[in-house]
Amino acid sequence: MASTQINPTRMELTRLKKKLATATRGHKLLKDKRDELMRSFLDMARLNRELRAKVEKAISEANKNFVLASASMNPQTLSASMLAPKQEVYLDVSYTNVMSVDIPVYNINTRTSDKNDIYCYGLAFTSADLDDAVSSLADVLPDMLRLAEIEKSCQLMSAEIEKTRRRVNALEHVMIPETKEKIRYITMKLDENERSTQTRLMKVKDMVLKNAHGY
Amino acid sequence: MYKVAVLGDRDSIYGFAALGLDVFYADNQQKGREIFKQLTSGDTYTIVYITEQLAADLTEEIEKFSFKPTPAIILIPGVKGNTGQGMAYVKKSVEKAVGSDIL
Repeated sequence: MASTQINPTRMELTRLKKKLATATRGHKLLKDKRDELMRSFLDMARLNRELRAKVEKAISEANKNFVLASASMNPQTLSASMLAPKQEVYLDVSYTNVMSVDIPVYNINTRTSDKNDIYCYGLAFTSADLDDAVSSLADVLPDMLRLAEIEKSCQLMSAEIEKTRRRVNALEHVMIPETKEKIRYITMKLDENERSTQTRLMKVKDMVLKNAHGY
Repeated sequence: MYKVAVLGDRDSIYGFAALGLDVFYADNQQKGREIFKQLTSGDTYTIVYITEQLAADLTEEIEKFSFKPTPAIILIPGVKGNTGQGMAYVKKSVEKAVGSDIL
């Protein structure tokens, strides 16, 4: 490969051989990383798909309930009922490392531990449909948070897989063949030099002998 | 301690307020874009749920965040129904990783 100028020296040869060894090792490691990432990604993507289908269905159901609730109440009372929520959701985020991808793990905390604190309105002026609607939404919440965790992980992992795949391909199809080709070129050049030295020496020896003894 | 935000039109998301999530009402795309920028610029919120209707106009912004560890932008169906946009994002990430949608 004569695209770049290479010095056909022994030093260059040793350097390239070292480079080839590193590249081959790196290629093997990256390939393993890609395979493992792909395996865990596919598991996670399947889970993501299931969870999303489940959450979307449940939210649509809850939305229906909310439409029912808003049909039986006047808009002012409805918006007033949601003005002062008692409950609050906090998240602690920690990260776990899957093949050098930091994927988030959400730890859910609520301000109060009472489950009934989601009904933050007076029961006298609101319809029972609203209670149903809020409770159906509360049932989805854990799945929603889990969906966020899984979906984010999937996105981060897919980006990492793409990057790793590019690296593996670059090493496999460009870097390693190019280095091998260069090594071959230098070896051939060095051999050729050696042969030419050999013939020159033989020729000189012939000439010297001829001069000295007249062979 | 991070919090969770929900962004969408009033009818779709007012119920989330009762659960203790922070709701932000945006009745048009312009307002949605402004609030989305605010929510994602600070580090108060680690999950932002956004209705598919609003997200349709914010695809570029949302994709920008898909490679960052926080925040997670998650699409949810609004009261007007499911557009399939959320599932499309899942498909997209599979396609990105595998090369084609094999699931």
